[in-house]
Amino acid sequence: MNAVFGRGLKTLSLITVALLVGAFAMVAFYAPNDADQGFIQKIFYLHVPLAIVALFGFVAGGVYGIRYLRTGDRLHDLRSYVAIHLSLILAVGALITGSIWARGSWGVWWTWDEPTLVSFLIVFLLYACYQPLRFSIEDPERQARYAAVFAIIAGAFVPLNFMAVRMAESLVHPRVLSTTGGSMPGDMRLTFLVSLIAMAALFITLWKYELASKHATFRLRALKRRLADGEDAWTPNPRRSAAPTL
Amino acid sequence: MRSAVGALIRKDLLLQRRTPEAVPAMVLFSIGTFVLFHFALDEREVSGNLASGILWVTLLFAAVLGINRLFVSEREEGGFDGFLLAPVDRTSMLVAKAILLFLFLSVVEVFVLAAFAILLLGPSPWGPLPELAVVLALANAGIAVIGTLVAALAIQTRARDLLVPLLALPLSVPLVIAAARACAPLLTEGGAGALEARWLAILGLYDLVFGLLAYAIFDFLLEE
Repeated sequence: MNAVFGRGLKTLSLITVALLVGAFAMVAFYAPNDADQGFIQKIFYLHVPLAIVALFGFVAGGVYGIRYLRTGDRLHDLRSYVAIHLSLILAVGALITGSIWARGSWGVWWTWDEPTLVSFLIVFLLYACYQPLRFSIEDPERQARYAAVFAIIAGAFVPLNFMAVRMAESLVHPRVLSTTGGSMPGDMRLTFLVSLIAMAALFITLWKYELASKHATFRLRALKRRLADGEDAWTPNPRRSAAPTL
Repeated sequence: MRSAVGALIRKDLLLQRRTPEAVPAMVLFSIGTFVLFHFALDEREVSGNLASGILWVTLLFAAVLGINRLFVSEREEGGFDGFLLAPVDRTSMLVAKAILLFLFLSVVEVFVLAAFAILLLGPSPWGPLPELAVVLALANAGIAVIGTLVAALAIQTRARDLLVPLLALPLSVPLVIAAARACAPLLTEGGAGALEARWLAILGLYDLVFGLLAYAIFDFLLEE
């Protein structure tokens, strides 16, 4: 079982590092400076992939939530948990880099005029409740079930929210966001795609590492329990709710 | 399933009649909020976007009070055990509680709208009342579904009073956007404007998506 988690991690890590180095090298040396915004525009190659990968991670958490509810396999719950947990970290990164970019190019740290910003903040606020919800349920089985239900509701909420917020703002401030659209020249788009792939690879690598690490911890705990030959050697504290276990 | 839903609703209405808790609290809270808004904004009268925003934020916060109380009797008096022992479909609990929350919100809105018109609102809301009722009904359906889901999620946790607003407020952002924007032209000074169909479409889509979703996953929130 351990081999399943560890397998291919080294290769994957090397590929990720190569992709990231390549992406940053392209950002630094290959992509042209933006005509209007100058150097600050290059944060775009970090910011937009962070946000996109975070949103996909949230939706992936919902998909694993569905799979957990259908199969009852604790591994799916763990996958969902780790995906949402990592996405939250990326989302913080996206919000911070977005603020820096906004300050650099629009002169403000935050603006309500941009629907993408606002809807991203709402999604972030919603998912920020995931861990408080999880950790305030003691029974591990129920915790997994409730967390899966939350992941599904929130996963469905992500696209609907984007639609509603975009409709609310777009009439007042007509603005066509051209992140992947036609207005980008070819070398910019290529750099952006490489950055996006690198960020996705980073996400998957970190996700697999955390799964492997958590799995190793559980196995270690189980082995310790068996070594101490008695079921009562390690008793979980019933008042303390922990991260998902297998 | 219909009889189970009916029985559950009757049970909760009886509880409300004997010890009215949720609805009076929601109405009083709303009126108190209007008073606060009057002083905070230093306005004698509000209209248009401002009026619509105040109305919807107040209604949503009042709804959170009701959502918090929704499953309390089930949790504290063992209603869940009784329900789970009964040979009925578990989704009937969702349907019953959502209808109940819808009814609560509708009753609250009758009083709140009257109080709003008397205390704070500049233009009369009675002219565009049919349009307002449509928006209110669609938004209530969404709040009822989301509220029931959130209440059922939070009731089993230790931090449920904290979790209900934390979960319900971000989830209802699309509802508030659509409802407030739809109401804004109805509450403008000097004659109500037209109701925009696209906000109704957003509300309807929201109700549909979360209604189906809630129907599909509610079972998992009740299993013991």
